[in-house]
Amino acid sequence: MSRDLIDAIVNMREKEAAAIASNLSRSGEDPLAMLEYCKHAMEIVGKRFEEGTYFLPELIMAGEVLKQVSEIVKLRLRGEVQTERLGKVIIGTVKGDIHDIGKDIVVFMLDVHGFEVMDLGIDVPPQKFVDAVNDFQAPVMGLSGFLTLAFDSMKATVDAVNEAGLRNQVKIMIGGGQIDDEIRKYTGADAYGLSAMDAVNLSKKWTGAQ
Amino acid sequence: MNKAPEEQYRERQRRVTDAIELNIPDRVPVMSLLGFFPAKYAGITCKEAMYDDEKMMKAWVETVSELQPDTHENPFFYLSFGSVLGTLDFKQLKWPGQGVDIGHGYQFVEGEYMKSEDYDAFLFDPTDFMIRSYWPRIFEALKPFEKLPHLREIISYYMGLGHFAAFGLPEVTKAIEALLKAAKAARKMVSGGIAYEQKMKELGFPIQFGSTTQAPFDTLGDFFRGTRGAMLDLYRNPDKVLQAIEKFYPIMLRLGGSAKKRENKGVFIPIHKGLDSFMSEGHFKTFFWPSLRRLITDLIAEGLNPIVLWEGDCTSRLEIIADIPKGKAVYWLERTDIFKAKEILRDIVCIRGNVPLSIMCTGTSDDVRAYCKKLIDYVGKGGGFIMDCSTVLDDAKPENVKAMFEFTKEFGRYD
Repeated sequence: MSRDLIDAIVNMREKEAAAIASNLSRSGEDPLAMLEYCKHAMEIVGKRFEEGTYFLPELIMAGEVLKQVSEIVKLRLRGEVQTERLGKVIIGTVKGDIHDIGKDIVVFMLDVHGFEVMDLGIDVPPQKFVDAVNDFQAPVMGLSGFLTLAFDSMKATVDAVNEAGLRNQVKIMIGGGQIDDEIRKYTGADAYGLSAMDAVNLSKKWTGAQ
Repeated sequence: MNKAPEEQYRERQRRVTDAIELNIPDRVPVMSLLGFFPAKYAGITCKEAMYDDEKMMKAWVETVSELQPDTHENPFFYLSFGSVLGTLDFKQLKWPGQGVDIGHGYQFVEGEYMKSEDYDAFLFDPTDFMIRSYWPRIFEALKPFEKLPHLREIISYYMGLGHFAAFGLPEVTKAIEALLKAAKAARKMVSGGIAYEQKMKELGFPIQFGSTTQAPFDTLGDFFRGTRGAMLDLYRNPDKVLQAIEKFYPIMLRLGGSAKKRENKGVFIPIHKGLDSFMSEGHFKTFFWPSLRRLITDLIAEGLNPIVLWEGDCTSRLEIIADIPKGKAVYWLERTDIFKAKEILRDIVCIRGNVPLSIMCTGTSDDVRAYCKKLIDYVGKGGGFIMDCSTVLDDAKPENVKAMFEFTKEFGRYD
């Protein structure tokens, strides 16, 4: 049954996944074990995304299926579940830019790979990122931006983190539309990524997670 | 030696046509989509560019006269619409002074403006769906149109006359007043656009696009279902997606085909969701490419030149998209490996691009010249190449933009 659930999630069979989850739940399967199956399924989805066989539709679809299965599992969970988290990451689309699709995919992939993500949303001013580093104590920060105006906003954000004396506490990655190594240099960020999996891998590297 | 503008106009047209037809022109043509760049260049705000026709005209004429591009584009139809948008309280954009700083350009607001349960209504009668459901969602001032009855039921004297009563509802009357106000603003926009094009012609600059259209899947995904909705539909409603593409197809063909009446036969087709990182090759071949290929081919059959802007990266799809009639279109590449593209597409389609905006915005003029040289040496070899940056100029540094234009004109000569 667990293999069936994983298969259904991985292969985008939405209704089947929900039906199997309901059956498992009714037959008394441990809800925590079911969450583990989901996690395993998402790892496979992430791997396929990284290998270039899965794309946006599969990530978004897997997210939807995961949501449904989680709803079923939650009904039988008693109290708070303490899931082990790999580390904290702050994410936001920089000031002046309101695009969120790329950012949301990164947040989703970090989340399913076990990171605790503080999503600051869109059009985020530099000071809000600085405050988040202070409050959330995350060792990793991701700046997203689709437009060229984001170049200067990213630079201003990295500068603000510098000025606040926090630069050695946090690694900064950037990504989105036009971002490349030129912009990494320009902004003073530590790395740039072309896909959501780059963000996951950088976060793993910087938090020492496996 | 100053040539008359009419002669320059003809020369520029010839140069671009040669490149499109994969012949060797006198030199590599160079052009850009300026976006909001002229506003910044001439020192007006983006808000002024969207509302003040006079200031906008002056800034644009100044920029084009300075850069001397081989083609220009008409700003009236892609940014001088602040009054139209404002009157209708448009929801799909945030623009300078309306959610965006007055110094920045507009930004699209993603949304599910058509729900998945709306497919059947759309497929049955797209126009009815648009007027009574879609317009009310994207134009707040037209929200009362939700209260309109099915207009297709107003058939004759004893069939449907009562439906007219809905137009007398106070809120519907108000919406119609807003529509009339928007119509006035739109007329001003159109007449401004005609005057601008005439002015540019007098100065010797042909327009680069006679019309704009889209891949049917992009129209569905960008404006109606939203990226998220469109992507989910590939699994949840694949048949409806294909049916919707068929509904959109003639609409897109007609929009693009309107260039037949124009002096320039270029049809702009920006590509958004068919790229490498968006969907798998299987999905691309099922949902994206067939209708786009048909659109390109049909437009070419009408004597037009599709100018397809492949935004993002489509390196892995080059062999697939090579399947179009030869020497009739332009593929403008953003992050695609343009050198690999030249290898695969050299005998098929003119390539345009792609000085990275990262260099244009943050690099030096020497960086720009070095990149342009590489492009001219390799992609420009044998013709079939148009120099441009990777996408709309917007925030590029003026000295870098000048460097791209000047260097191409000097170094890009074929004779």
